[in-house]
Amino acid sequence: MRRYLARRVAAFVATLFFVSVLAFVVIRVLPGDPALVILGPEVSPEIVARLRASMGLDRPIPVQYVEWLGRALRGDLGVSIQYDVPVGRLILSRLPVTLPLTVMAAGFMIAAAIPLGLYAATHHRRTGDYAAMVVSQLGIAVPSFWLGLLLILLFSVHLGWMRSGGFDGWDDGLWPGVRSLLLPAFALGFFQAAVLVRATRSSVLDVLREDYVRTARAKGVRERAVIAKHTLRNAMIPILTVAGIQLGQLMAGSIILESVFALPGLGRLALVAITARDLPVVQGVTLFVASSIIVINFAVDMLYVVLDPRIRYD
Amino acid sequence: MAVTRRALRHVTFVLGVLVTLSLVATAGVSLVWTPADPLSQSIDSRLQGPTSGHPFGTDQYGRDILSRVMRGAVVSIAVGVIAVGIGATIGILIGTASGYIGGWVDEVLMRVIDAVQGFPAILSALLFTAVFAPGIGISMIAIGIAFVPAFARLTRGSFLELRAREFVVAAHALGARDRRLVFRHILPNTLAPLIVQATTSFPVAILAEAGLAYLGLGTQPPHPSWGLMLKEAQNFLSQSPSFAVFPGSAIALTVLGLNLLGDGLRDVLDPKTA
Repeated sequence: MRRYLARRVAAFVATLFFVSVLAFVVIRVLPGDPALVILGPEVSPEIVARLRASMGLDRPIPVQYVEWLGRALRGDLGVSIQYDVPVGRLILSRLPVTLPLTVMAAGFMIAAAIPLGLYAATHHRRTGDYAAMVVSQLGIAVPSFWLGLLLILLFSVHLGWMRSGGFDGWDDGLWPGVRSLLLPAFALGFFQAAVLVRATRSSVLDVLREDYVRTARAKGVRERAVIAKHTLRNAMIPILTVAGIQLGQLMAGSIILESVFALPGLGRLALVAITARDLPVVQGVTLFVASSIIVINFAVDMLYVVLDPRIRYD
Repeated sequence: MAVTRRALRHVTFVLGVLVTLSLVATAGVSLVWTPADPLSQSIDSRLQGPTSGHPFGTDQYGRDILSRVMRGAVVSIAVGVIAVGIGATIGILIGTASGYIGGWVDEVLMRVIDAVQGFPAILSALLFTAVFAPGIGISMIAIGIAFVPAFARLTRGSFLELRAREFVVAAHALGARDRRLVFRHILPNTLAPLIVQATTSFPVAILAEAGLAYLGLGTQPPHPSWGLMLKEAQNFLSQSPSFAVFPGSAIALTVLGLNLLGDGLRDVLDPKTA
């Protein structure tokens, strides 16, 4: 197990390093002169030179990278040009929207997908299985932002039950915040749930064909115990892998749903920053989201150790 | 011939082919004919519901939505083909190097692939758009990059498996050089899963393009893109609900058809997984 852990930690650190290089290269190196990108072509050379010096762009690129990375590791992602406040603080201020949205969408995804996938697998090639597969096939085809628009059309425009967007915050208790995130979380989680249903079904089906399941049934173990004890736990590794990847995708997908429902989260922060050419904010948000995705994947790798003893004794 | 026979009997595959052919036909026809000019505006007939003159209604500038949905198919196909092409080309190259050379090259390339996987298309698009002007090119590149890891891992996996197979070892023993081993012996044997991967990536590219266009990071007005049309429709949901329904339905139907095609193709080319 120690070898497995060492390899995963090394890979995790290396991946984070490459992510930081990518975020740095795209913003600092590709455009040629980021100061010109920020200020536009019509500004006098003196002002451009001043911004270049204040951003440290007059030093060699490897030096800039090392300094930038050192600051980023201490949580200093630079200062927003538009708001003149630290990018880290801006990101933190938007997390109370993006994080609960992602968590609620993930909760919906897991609550809907795993029972449905399990049901489909245990009713293989019967009506329930085909119905679950049709729902999942439709779910994968419907873009989350369109589903969001349809939900607004139904619940806000026609029924008048919900507002079409905006966020009520957490100051007045849990419910106003949760209510603002219900529709976007459903729209966000629906697509990923459709993917997870298929993964769950195929993973459970694989395990159900194993000899030990047949043996358990032959010994007269009750079907419920066969599914809960022998099947589900062994089927969890592939399900968890897919769910882990999807958690990252939910975080990225929240950017688009925030736009549909006018939620002041990380995605909106980045989109507004693009219009304002606020490069440090765009860089900070993308670095933060990409790193979060990698941390989630790493956490899933670590969970394998808990779930699958074979990895522990490898 | 067994493959063709199996394909023609596979309901999912046949359905997928039919929907895909309809998409291609719609896109092809829209290049020479649409019921109205997709860019021509008419303030008098703005935000109309479906009528005989405009079966899908009109948008906020009075443009015919059916014509714009038809022309939008061209954008979707173009983005799909180019983004998958970018992802496949770079991914196959990296996967080949990684799987064939192995060792530290494999280790470094796989870490880069892990890092790229941390950048979903939407993040790459955000980064690129912050630096360059938003447009369809940026979305194609961003989506293409997001596909690289899947193609790279698939190719690498196939290479690792095939490298030790007897026909490769035999070719090597007979004096075949690296280039011949890779391009004549190993790569052709990885084609089936790569084709399936390309087919399943295609609808993902269409969804991603629509999402980026919706955010204003992809296709720019006045060109018709399904995602962009949905962005415009959002402002008029209460006045003209059909404005949001048709472009979204076009995306869903296309993605459904392509997913069915991908699933069917996988079953047909690799019956073991069916």
